Amino acid sequence: MTEKEEQLSHILERHRGERNGLIPILLEIQREFGYLPKEAMPRVAESLGIKPVEVWGVATFFNQFRLTPLGRNHIKVCMGTACHLAGGRLVLEALERELNIKVGETSPDGHFSLERVACIGCCMLAPVAVIKDKIYPKMSSFKVEEALIPYRQESKAED
Amino acid sequence: MPQLTIENLKEFKEKISSPLTINQAEFRCMVCAGTGCVSCNSLKVRERLEEELKARGLSERVKVVITGCNGFCAEGPIMVIQPDGTFYRKLTPEDIPLLIEEHLLKGRPVEKLLYTEPTTKKKISAMKEIPFFQHQVLWALRNRGVIDPENIDESIARDGYAGLSKVLSSMTPEEVIQEVKLSGLRGRGGAGFPTGLKWEEGRRYSSFPKYVICNGDEGDPGAFMDRSILEADPHAVLEGMIICGYAIDSHQGYIYVRAEYPLAIHRLRIAIDQARGYGLLGRNILGSGFDFDIDIYPGAGAFVCGESTALMYSLEGRRGMPRIKPPRSTEAGLWGQPTVLNNVETFANVPSIIRNGGAWFASMGTGGSKGTKVFALTGTVYNVGLIEVPMGTTLRKIVFDIGGGIPRKGEFKAIQIGGPSGACLPASLLDTEVDFDSLDEAGAMMGSGGLVVMDDSTCMVDTARFFTDFSVDESCGKCIPCRVGMKVMLNILSRIATGRGTMEDITLLEELGHHIKESSHCGLGKTAPNPVLSTIRYFRQEYEAHIQEKRCPARVCVDLIRFRVDPDRCKMCGLCKKACPVEAITWEKKTPALIDPEKCIRCRSCIQACKFGAID
Repeated sequence: MTEKEEQLSHILERHRGERNGLIPILLEIQREFGYLPKEAMPRVAESLGIKPVEVWGVATFFNQFRLTPLGRNHIKVCMGTACHLAGGRLVLEALERELNIKVGETSPDGHFSLERVACIGCCMLAPVAVIKDKIYPKMSSFKVEEALIPYRQESKAED
Repeated sequence: MPQLTIENLKEFKEKISSPLTINQAEFRCMVCAGTGCVSCNSLKVRERLEEELKARGLSERVKVVITGCNGFCAEGPIMVIQPDGTFYRKLTPEDIPLLIEEHLLKGRPVEKLLYTEPTTKKKISAMKEIPFFQHQVLWALRNRGVIDPENIDESIARDGYAGLSKVLSSMTPEEVIQEVKLSGLRGRGGAGFPTGLKWEEGRRYSSFPKYVICNGDEGDPGAFMDRSILEADPHAVLEGMIICGYAIDSHQGYIYVRAEYPLAIHRLRIAIDQARGYGLLGRNILGSGFDFDIDIYPGAGAFVCGESTALMYSLEGRRGMPRIKPPRSTEAGLWGQPTVLNNVETFANVPSIIRNGGAWFASMGTGGSKGTKVFALTGTVYNVGLIEVPMGTTLRKIVFDIGGGIPRKGEFKAIQIGGPSGACLPASLLDTEVDFDSLDEAGAMMGSGGLVVMDDSTCMVDTARFFTDFSVDESCGKCIPCRVGMKVMLNILSRIATGRGTMEDITLLEELGHHIKESSHCGLGKTAPNPVLSTIRYFRQEYEAHIQEKRCPARVCVDLIRFRVDPDRCKMCGLCKKACPVEAITWEKKTPALIDPEKCIRCRSCIQACKFGAID
């Protein structure tokens, strides 16, 4: 058994039979793997004694859950009301252009992924983008290229 | 760790609030660690402050306290120095040595770090004299920025758990409910159901166990009231829940918080542990024989889970889809048992109501809406932040006195209240009082408390489309009017925004909106058309401009605007050409630039790159 599989078994063991534990279990799996792997779903269902479709139903219902892995540099663009008014959409589109991926996708090399989120609660900095865990305040389409430079260099060094 | 009882709580409070213990430090530096300030690096400021104090041997004389959201997010990172209450803003770690030298050692405020009133340019040093704070009345947020939310003693020193002690020692559950009814408190989550009535219902059913749920699933874009309360004063929420548990005879509570709020969850965990350690939570609370415990349940993010039955399904590990009522959740809620669910802010109001009496609370506010309300004030307004005002305060006072008005010489156009379920109200309604009923009349909704100010650079069709897009995304899909109807409304709005709309589309939007409101089952569908209906009602001329003149007056809708270079202002530098991501700009040395409208994608990169304001 690989380390990851062991982790999965460990999470499932801790919640075995807790029907109401489904969401916490999925959150834990996602924390461990970065997303919800397809293979994990039937195992979650089995350990809770429910049908796989119920697990899928929950996993696709809530915004938090992701079914694909994130890029190493995950980028979130705030689309709360204040950010929208301040031009958040332009920032998102500029990122899509720069990274050549659509929102919700991960770049084929696995370096970048792009997500839109609703309000991260720092409206005075609108529009805001978050790259990894760093907040980029007062963004604009013009500043996008520059903001990406350090991450691109890092990715290049890794390859 | 002391085990607190009804008898010794008061004594303990006096002991920890005596000058000897709490004021042993000469100064208390209250560094704001709300999400807004943290995102502007307030934790680096704290780090530097602690280092510098240590290096100068001042750690004993000056205590650094990390507080919850101060509220004045526009000025972050914020630090307030107590006891004098000096308000420092926009701090950087580099400012710290000067601040220590001048303020803490020489007793002189550092002028350049003080708040400047934007119209008079006057420097104001005392927090309480800043207009933003002057017009506020803090009850739900009474401990914000005053206590360390991770230290229960500081909460107790400010009367934390005194309400609980009063309830357990001298009130019957019926008397508690009576007091809450007398206060006129209505649910702060949006719908405004009378809290006392809900508790009475919850008590009436005698099927056990019963549950108390605190709804912290704040999903509105642009709203962060509940999170700020949880981060700044978690004990007030716990105390409110325990009191509710006593009133309805429940022994288990759950707090449902969005997993996106890690700091709130972290502070709640600490608060729960500390309360258990003191005997304020768990078995035999305060030695009274009453048992009540609280667990945290991280939610996974779904706007519809603000609806109580949907939230309960999600707590049971199912898809959060609302069910038909009756039975109400007070009769059959979580796992089919009687359940009282209230919002974070509602619970945070309960301890003060018990301590000061329902009549006191009812003395604030208007006929139908009592007490105060917390709002997240954002958008194009000077003072972005978190505010609390008495019910009945006018929108004008909020925007202009507290918010400081519209920056950059912009003109007020609308205020959006209530998020995706709310409405955009025009300048002519600025004298509307914030009150459940008067907002309802104006076609708006109190909602959970998001207030977004918009100026003339905001397009109302685009705004309506934004909220409709959100509701389409968040509709749970259970009933057709909301699932399909909202999607159709979105398509029509997109048609109008791209210049392909007809005048019949406006009528169609209105008809559809009313049908969706009438035939949807839950609160999401019943209110989702509000942003569209209100913008048509108050800003019809903008819809007409989009349709008849193919023009977006606010110059937002990309398909209806064109950018051009003003050859007189163009200095022929070529920066715009470099900035353009799609090569839509032609430029050669010594000639003004030209934009090809066919290629241009209206990303505004050239406008930002131009140093001479030559593109518009």
